[in-house]
Amino acid sequence: MKKLRFIEEKIFRIIMPLATSLILLSLVLIIYTIVTKGMASLSWSMITETPKGGFYMGKEGGVLNAIIGSILLACGAVLIAVIISIPIVLYMNVYQRGNTKMMNLVRLCFDVLWGIPSIVYGAFGFTIMLYFGMKTSLLAGIITVSLFILPVIIRTMDEVFKTVPKELLDASYSLGATKFETAFKVVIRYGFSGLMTAILIAFGRGIGDAASVLFTAGYSDSIPTSLNEPVATLPLAIFFQLGTPIPEVKGRAYASALILTIFIMVISIISRYITKRFNRYK
Amino acid sequence: MSDNNFKTHISVQNLNVHYGKNHILKNINIDIPDKKLTAIIGPSGCGKTTLLKSFNRLLDTSQSPMVTGKVVVNGENIFDPKVEITHLRKKMGLLSQRPYPLPMSIYDNVAYGPKIHGLRGKKNIDEIVEHYLRKASLWEEVKDRLHTPAVRLSIGQQQRLCMARGLAVEPDIILGDEPTSALDPHSTQSIEAMFNSLKENYTIIVVTHILRQARRIADYIMFMYMGELIEHGPAEQILDDPKEKMTKEYIQGIIS
Repeated sequence: MKKLRFIEEKIFRIIMPLATSLILLSLVLIIYTIVTKGMASLSWSMITETPKGGFYMGKEGGVLNAIIGSILLACGAVLIAVIISIPIVLYMNVYQRGNTKMMNLVRLCFDVLWGIPSIVYGAFGFTIMLYFGMKTSLLAGIITVSLFILPVIIRTMDEVFKTVPKELLDASYSLGATKFETAFKVVIRYGFSGLMTAILIAFGRGIGDAASVLFTAGYSDSIPTSLNEPVATLPLAIFFQLGTPIPEVKGRAYASALILTIFIMVISIISRYITKRFNRYK
Repeated sequence: MSDNNFKTHISVQNLNVHYGKNHILKNINIDIPDKKLTAIIGPSGCGKTTLLKSFNRLLDTSQSPMVTGKVVVNGENIFDPKVEITHLRKKMGLLSQRPYPLPMSIYDNVAYGPKIHGLRGKKNIDEIVEHYLRKASLWEEVKDRLHTPAVRLSIGQQQRLCMARGLAVEPDIILGDEPTSALDPHSTQSIEAMFNSLKENYTIIVVTHILRQARRIADYIMFMYMGELIEHGPAEQILDDPKEKMTKEYIQGIIS
């Protein structure tokens, strides 16, 4: 029996680094793939021009429409989601703080919403659009993506705001502060890093998702000038370009993927920095 | 308590607090003297903190407390629905077991209270901050780093900062919930010294389970046991000549 315990210890010691390296290896492979396949197509015009005539045949132009479109869409969606989620999170963690049972039920609901695949949000957004007679547009895309990232923002913020000590709230109340003052001047400050992390995680998810914008934001070759125009996004640009048989266009799909990946990497680095920076008041 | 010639500041009348099925405070009746330091002593779980927190209505709402009876402060029952809770709390500073500085700078910690109560103007706020930091004997230690995060202070300094923060909203009453239990002996000494000088102008109520501390700082003592107020009176009488058997046993260390 004793021997068996030593064997399981040994086996587990091998499995742990193996699993870790497997995941790291896949990250390296993904980056290697998009770099080698996309680097050749990544040119200045890729990121500064919209598609020109014959773009989908492999001729001149770039994916600026999708880059701008993705940024507009993700920023708009994050803005709406933050405006809605802050009252929700403060309600859960300041106003209803004692009501743990009810709030855990609410948390479960948000977790379920988090788990719903983005294509379902896309389909849901589409039915709402039909109801209001809207066409595929930047606005419809923003609304759908904001719904899809709302649970992400809420639960990420919630996990940080949950850690605000009750005594800190009491300290503020005992100075004669209202719950509103305590929520906005103490709790938000205490959880500011959580707020920033939530925004950036949600931004990353919003900008990288194709399924939720497929039916709602549509696609266009130009940069939209109003909220009612359809808009291109990087994930869909990748999807469409990858679907063609022309090698130059396929190469550009990988280049677009490279742009998107760099974008998301920069965002996660910024979010790590901000999280560290704003923890100093805790 | 007319046999002691003091003015009453807080009058507790038939106060009962239930948390669900648990009867935490059992029919408490006491007049707490004005401008004196009253210590609430008793073993853990006897309801000391609950009594203290019912004074500024900071009872734990998650356990759905049920309160009957009255606590009359300045002629007004604080459980009256008409009482404005923020005003009530402004009149009572609170020092908790561990200091909880607000997540902001030293300066903003002190300015927080006066600002939410409407104080404006940088000069006015600067003056208030300096005045109360001096009063909490912290000014000399922090005057060169007022805008650094309050959490970087040592725990003893943090507690003095919490004192300055509480005093800055101009309360009449200071409540202390074992305010020195997390502090080193030196910081404890400075908090106790502060209490001794503040009691000329404030009514102070301190929960403590350290009898020697009660002896050092208290003018008046209430002894609680299992949610009941067993005995109360001037400090020397309670500590040296308790009337009740239970008080005697607690002070001699037979029960704790």
